[in-house]
Amino acid sequence: MNHLSRIIVCDGNEAAAWGVKLSRPDVIAVYPITPQSSLVETLAKFVAEGELDAEVMPLEGEHSVLSALQGACLAGARTYTATSGPGLAFMFEPYVRTPGLRLPMVASLVNRDMLSPQCVWGGQQDVMTVRDAGWIQIFCESAQEVLDTVIMAYRIAEHPAVMLPVNVNHDGNYLSYGVSRVEIPDQAAVDAFLGEKNVNWHVALDPERPMAVDPLTGGADAEGAARFVAYRQSLCRGMQTALAVISEVHADWARVFGREHAALVEEYRLDDAEIGLVTIGSMSGAAKDAADAARAEGVRVGVIRIKTYRPFPIAAVAAAASKVGALGVVDRAVSYGWNCGPVYQDVLAALYSAGLRMPVLSFIGGLAGADLTGAHFARAIAMTRAALREADATLPAPPSPIWLNADGEATR
Amino acid sequence: MSETLLAPAPVLTKPPPPRDGAFTMQDFKSDIKPIWCPGCGDYSVLTALAKALAELGRPREQVALISGIGCSSRLPAYTSVYGFHGVHGRALALATGVKLARPDLTVIAAGGDGDGLSIGGNHFLHACRRNVDMTYILMDNQVYGMTKGQASPTTAPDWCEGKLTPEGPGIAPVAPLRLALAAGVSFFARGFAGNPNELARLIVAGITHPGFAVIHVLSPCVTFRPEQRAWKQAVHPLEGAPATDLATAMARFAADDGFTTGIFYACAAPPFMPERKRTKQASDFAKRFLVEI
Repeated sequence: MNHLSRIIVCDGNEAAAWGVKLSRPDVIAVYPITPQSSLVETLAKFVAEGELDAEVMPLEGEHSVLSALQGACLAGARTYTATSGPGLAFMFEPYVRTPGLRLPMVASLVNRDMLSPQCVWGGQQDVMTVRDAGWIQIFCESAQEVLDTVIMAYRIAEHPAVMLPVNVNHDGNYLSYGVSRVEIPDQAAVDAFLGEKNVNWHVALDPERPMAVDPLTGGADAEGAARFVAYRQSLCRGMQTALAVISEVHADWARVFGREHAALVEEYRLDDAEIGLVTIGSMSGAAKDAADAARAEGVRVGVIRIKTYRPFPIAAVAAAASKVGALGVVDRAVSYGWNCGPVYQDVLAALYSAGLRMPVLSFIGGLAGADLTGAHFARAIAMTRAALREADATLPAPPSPIWLNADGEATR
Repeated sequence: MSETLLAPAPVLTKPPPPRDGAFTMQDFKSDIKPIWCPGCGDYSVLTALAKALAELGRPREQVALISGIGCSSRLPAYTSVYGFHGVHGRALALATGVKLARPDLTVIAAGGDGDGLSIGGNHFLHACRRNVDMTYILMDNQVYGMTKGQASPTTAPDWCEGKLTPEGPGIAPVAPLRLALAAGVSFFARGFAGNPNELARLIVAGITHPGFAVIHVLSPCVTFRPEQRAWKQAVHPLEGAPATDLATAMARFAADDGFTTGIFYACAAPPFMPERKRTKQASDFAKRFLVEI
């Protein structure tokens, strides 16, 4: 069954806006920031032209934006915002409270590298800095995947066994402004796919069951401590339940709309591979091209793309990794304390939990808008292959990243 | 310097002028070419500021210029004084920190209506009431220029060109003068970028004022608000000397059409500067805690 109603050409920000429009949010709050601004401007246009019945509130900063959305969500609204880099940083205080309040918001992170040094370009340092704040983190590779995932995100967030906020990540510059062909699904089909909205059943404004939302909890007495732990455990359960829900929702999407997207991890040409590259976000296309080129020369390499990053799909990553003998993990962010990329750390932990031991290299590239080209991935493939050949019992080695854009040369 | 610490790239500027000689405007401009749009009012603010600093004759190493984020917040890079391009909306907080640590410096904060009245509006209120001896150059073009033309807190409610508010912001704009007076400011002037000589005089008066001085500058954005070219015909000078009492200043606000330029208000109020107390010695504690046996 194909509910395709039309095909347009648009950039990733507009694709996200189409996904939001089709999800029919009630309240959208925003503060402009590069490279997000055109996304919510597109939504404002939809509202002004009578195509979307929603409130668009431009507020005085991201801290107010997320606070306003908390109020709206508590009052029963389906909510949306989008931000980038420093905007996410300024949002941090309400951001960390949203998962604990179990508010099923959807927010796009149009990923931007973090200051300082000052920069306005793409990179994933923004989201990686908040990766363990309790939001579900999903990363897209194409504009079509952005549109489809935004809609799916509402169903994941509002699932009664999840009730957690979702960030749909798309890379600033490459995805936000890159133009491609996008299929727009039919509104009635999306309405049926999302079902009745019910975002505040757990914190209802209901005179029949009055409640205090978020009272002071915890403390030194045993009862308070146990209650606090119960909240934390509940949030962790929601996260783990989300793994299955994300898979179900993606399967249902493929069934209804005929487009299959990997739910947790995408395996590309992995079945007979001796080595694999692990990627996340828009870089994956160049990595797949590089894998194709290497295979044409007889190198058996595949790509493991992380689609769902939080909750981290430990079993899916380990299952994919078990097919190869060495991995090269490419990050667009830095974990300063570990001297490696953040995805690299997660992959190591997944391998350990599955009892796997193999050489794994940390590559860091694409910082502050730097281009990650096929040549960079060819280099990563060659180095990972060399690591496989040189593997000994001491691997993986202590982290020491390979910086892909450090030589200052444009690589085509 | 340790090898592990990469110093910021040096910014090449002219060698410092002789300290005992007279200063010119050029001494306070850097060699970096501004990337503002042609026709932007901020060019004239840069000129007026350089002119004011030359007139004050303060060596550039005795001046610090602190900004936030936005087109106008690029100002420090284009001057040769100490500069810092800080977090969005926090220019006044940063400048306060600089002044408290180095009271000998002439501290100037600069930024736009978005930086200072929207995301940083909170700091504007508290800077007015704290009255630290520094000057705030608030460049107002009634639009967010850097993010390409959204309504700001000073935008009229019926301006429908902003892509985020295609039907107009629909809410009353902030009047910086009313806000500053209500928050307890001790000096408020308004200038126009199209009149850099008058603006330079206002900046000199603000820097000379002992306390927090707000210089509200009408600085047109010809890219997103081309109709602001007409501001040249709209501005008119304030009549009379600066008010020294709040009632007169409030009356001036009530009569103001937003295009009056000059010093609205200048009152004597003690600038904030906490007295530094002598660090306590061990003997001071001994007096309190030691018990004779």
